Amino acid sequence: MHYLNELGKYSSLLYQALRSSTEFSTYRKNLFQELVKIGYDSVPIIMLTGVFTGSVMTLQSAYQLQSAFIPISTIGAITSESILIELAAVISSLVLAGKVGARVATELGTMRVSEQIDALESMGFNSVSFLVVPRVLAGILMFPVLYIVASVFGIGGGVAAGFFSGQVPPADFLQGARMYFYPWNVIFGFTKMIVFGYIITSVACYKGYFARGGAEGVGKSTTDATVLGCILVLLADFVLAALLL
Amino acid sequence: MIEIKNLTKSFGDLLVWEDVSLTINDGETIAIIGRSGCGKSVLLKHINALLVPDSGEVLIDGKNIFDQDYVDQRKMRQKFGVLFQGSALFDSINTFENVAFPLRYFTNQSEEEIRDNVMQSLQYVNLEEAADKETSELSGGMRKRVGLARAIVLKPEYIMYDEPTSGLDPKTADEINELINGMADALDITSIVVTHDMHSVLEVADKVAFLDQQKLSWFGSVNEMKSSDHEELLSFIKASEYQII
Repeated sequence: MHYLNELGKYSSLLYQALRSSTEFSTYRKNLFQELVKIGYDSVPIIMLTGVFTGSVMTLQSAYQLQSAFIPISTIGAITSESILIELAAVISSLVLAGKVGARVATELGTMRVSEQIDALESMGFNSVSFLVVPRVLAGILMFPVLYIVASVFGIGGGVAAGFFSGQVPPADFLQGARMYFYPWNVIFGFTKMIVFGYIITSVACYKGYFARGGAEGVGKSTTDATVLGCILVLLADFVLAALLL
Repeated sequence: MIEIKNLTKSFGDLLVWEDVSLTINDGETIAIIGRSGCGKSVLLKHINALLVPDSGEVLIDGKNIFDQDYVDQRKMRQKFGVLFQGSALFDSINTFENVAFPLRYFTNQSEEEIRDNVMQSLQYVNLEEAADKETSELSGGMRKRVGLARAIVLKPEYIMYDEPTSGLDPKTADEINELINGMADALDITSIVVTHDMHSVLEVADKVAFLDQQKLSWFGSVNEMKSSDHEELLSFIKASEYQII
């Protein structure tokens, strides 16, 4: 019953957000700020995540494929395809659930418990349009951009790790990557990131918007947003793989 | 004029109050008093529809605020200025921008007009010099005054104060009481003050509504209160250690 109630409140908030999305003048300024906070400010951590994911993937593939019968370029193919199909999207989203999800839930939760959301409403603002719509929209728009960053730096990290470890020359790595490249995999990655961006920001907005109590309530909403965001990303990853691959 | 008719509110199984009815005439200052947790602030949040009752009506100039669609409800809310208990200042912007906030979104004023109006509002609360301060640099009393400046900047017809003197030293509390009186006189505003500070009640109120035992237990003028033999009201006044005669 409790979960149904939560689901109802979440759906109601998102329905309200959908209806409020036409009030562009209310959230325009916040949207640009959120695009920067969710997108631009996340680039360094996503670059780092991508580089290490690609590097580790290359080293592990090289370790597992030590055979004279397997061409060395296979390492590049496995690494790049794994990054494009799965790792750039999922690992980045799990990191962003912590960075973006926690920030959004804390911001809105603090605004709720300090009556700032009530203050907005009492001035005549549509608080959902002002606070929720720009954050969810920025998540949907910026997660695919961050996917590109994660993919580029993931493959770059793989090339570098192969080169510096002496396991795979860059030319072989890239030859393998090109040979098994399917554009659909990139479209699949983009689709996943749109869904993950929506999940992480909407769940964080929901948890923050309905936070209760003082500092403890904000802490709980932040933890819930991060944990639930991660779980739903993994669940959505499975569903999308089952449906689209 | 505000007419509250047969208002009943509960949170789940917990009845806050039932069948509350009272009328607030234009130009009056009403104090809503009662013990902590009796639902004073909850009643206040019903007047501008921040909360929805189980049953009953709140008529603002003859229109039931709960019968309006969300857009009209928001327009009706703009008739109210609200000073929240914790001031509810937006902590991401400075004092000037807090007061300018509703002007930027709800009017087409030029930057010069906004500056004039903000400074005029800050002048009302004797805080012109704090315009450029961050909200984190303000004391409790200053925060209340900035909250008040923001509440009046759109020139509302009604102003609601939620515990305006709580947490303040007696001298600062007196200054806030003077501001409430000054505001009512200078701007001809109808005021609703939620408080349990009897000194404040006697300083600012024309009428008093006493919430007790989940109902509006007593309602009358300050002079009637002074001669009332209502047992619970007398007990509440006595407990506040304030001599009213």
